Amino acid sequence: MAIFVDETTLVVVQGLTGSQGRFHGVRNRDYGTKVVGGVTPGKGGEDVEGIPVFDSVKEAVAETGATASFVCVPPRAAVAAILEAADAGIEFVVCITEGIPAHDEARCYNQLVTTYPGTRLLGPNCPGIISPGRCNIGITSGEIARPGGPVGIVSRSGTLTYQALHELSAQGVGQTTCVGIGGDPVPGTNFIECLAAFEDDDETGAVMLIGEIGGSEEERAAEWIKAHMTKPVVAYIAGVTAPPGRRMGHAGAIISGSQGTAQAKMDALADAGVLVARNPTEAGERMVDVVRGI
Amino acid sequence: MDLFEYQGKRYVARFDVPVPAGGVAATVDEAVGVARRVGYPCVVKAQVRVGGRGKAGGVRVAGDEAEARGCAEAILGMEIKGHTVHRVWVERASEIAAEYYASFTLDRPNKVYLGMLSAKGGVEIEEVAEHDPAAIARRSIDPLVGLDEPTARAWVEAAGLDAAALDGAARLLCALYRCYDEGDCDLAEINPLVLTTDGRVLALDAKVTLDDNAAFRHPEWAEYAATETEDPRERLARERGLTYIGLDGTVGIIANGAGLAMSTLDVVNQAGGSAANFLDIGGGANADVMAAALEVINTDSKVRSILVNIFGGITRVDDVARGVLAALDRVEIASPIVLRLDGTNAAAGRELLEPHLSDRLIAAPTMLAAAARAVELAV
Repeated sequence: MAIFVDETTLVVVQGLTGSQGRFHGVRNRDYGTKVVGGVTPGKGGEDVEGIPVFDSVKEAVAETGATASFVCVPPRAAVAAILEAADAGIEFVVCITEGIPAHDEARCYNQLVTTYPGTRLLGPNCPGIISPGRCNIGITSGEIARPGGPVGIVSRSGTLTYQALHELSAQGVGQTTCVGIGGDPVPGTNFIECLAAFEDDDETGAVMLIGEIGGSEEERAAEWIKAHMTKPVVAYIAGVTAPPGRRMGHAGAIISGSQGTAQAKMDALADAGVLVARNPTEAGERMVDVVRGI
Repeated sequence: MDLFEYQGKRYVARFDVPVPAGGVAATVDEAVGVARRVGYPCVVKAQVRVGGRGKAGGVRVAGDEAEARGCAEAILGMEIKGHTVHRVWVERASEIAAEYYASFTLDRPNKVYLGMLSAKGGVEIEEVAEHDPAAIARRSIDPLVGLDEPTARAWVEAAGLDAAALDGAARLLCALYRCYDEGDCDLAEINPLVLTTDGRVLALDAKVTLDDNAAFRHPEWAEYAATETEDPRERLARERGLTYIGLDGTVGIIANGAGLAMSTLDVVNQAGGSAANFLDIGGGANADVMAAALEVINTDSKVRSILVNIFGGITRVDDVARGVLAALDRVEIASPIVLRLDGTNAAAGRELLEPHLSDRLIAAPTMLAAAARAVELAV
């Protein structure tokens, strides 16, 4: 088992004919992901290194039975691409696009919730998802991940996701699935949804959570862990020594209160029984100890 | 991007939020000119992006031209919490009957918009939030539905604003919501929102934060670029597409991705050092970007060593290596550089650097080892 994606996931890449789409789409395919098609309006009938290109997601789904989409298009086209995928019946959309306006993200998320409840969005502005040896959708280098589990990873930061994979793989500890939820203001999938999926996944024995300063998602995750999680969790929060972030006027202070600082997040997680590490290396070491004890 | 009050007022006014007549001035003579135009009494307000300017003497009322000149002379050039006042906003003084608070921002946990309105406005709104949270009427707004006038009226009544303010406040809230939504604000905040003795509802201040990601559809935002940052190094970095924040330490930091950059600050601190900056070269950085990052840090005389911490994903490590070598070719880098390179094309990157390694260009096998070495060199 793995969460959200596995070897049966059939993926279409929206924006496959662009330079990023081609590079990562082909790289995902070469990793073993079942990339069954690409979508670029006006380029239907072409192919990219043997991957057929369709004019629309609907057409791609009809022809290939695709169940997941990898959105790799520029910010101004990304929301339309996500909604097109949802409208075509795609169940799982990964959007790596960085730089989408926050209001567009908010409208997109609410549109998905109200009109397309069967579609899960991962991202935007995330590295994607990898179930090592089975499926890799996004921009993560497949070689830094290690198949076989038992660790699930969920992370808000792209490069720290790679760092976490690297630390575990270097110690011989594999992963079931590694999910990068992205650091944008309106993520399609949050920590709690990933933690819940890992909790239900038989192969996952422990979870590593990588957070960062700002917002209150880590505090909410801590509450959920305290109430529902039976599997051990190791966490690292980046930004203990970061300069105090831009405070969004009084409104920011009113909403978050003392929440949002690295210390508040670490305290909340520790209070929920999570092993909190001071840096990514220490998080890896803690997780190795946990895995050996399982 | 945070706007100054004068920019924020003009921005909300575009969406029909009523603001007092006024103008911005960079010199005493200009300030007097604006005062003459708006009439007396007028208020002269320091333009700084930091709170507490009233308490610092940065907001003064003038009854005539001589006083206006005196106020402008006192405020221009003043230091408020480390910010120098380069401009004042001069506006006709309002006769205030009541002060309220209004704002729109994103409710991140619930992924909808959040409006906040309070009959207890003024400078102490954060204390109100803490000690009397019921005094703030919150409204969740579905981004797909928006805010209409009947809803706004009900909201004004629920917040307990004076009856005389009902029509004006409801209209102002709808206008401010349009500004927040169509104007792509992360935050649109009016504090104080006032009811004047003659029954008008006005924005006496405006705090507006624009969403940088929406700049592509707002060519009019270009005018804010010149005033965005006063730090020359931050400006230089921004021109090169880098996210740079200056700090007080001695280890220059370059990393890719905000998370890894923050984490790098953490490990430098844990190794007993302190970072001179936060610098994220972003995703997909190429050789030019890397070279620019080194050049920006090189202008900081506090820096004693530079730590480059890269985990390639979209960013390719061989490009990073080429950037380091290009920067060393172009300019003399004053401090030794410690490199930690992993991820996409890491082997190729390390190979490129290998012949150039010295006591000025040092490779480290891990993030912690790199931090320890950089701190050692910075002491």
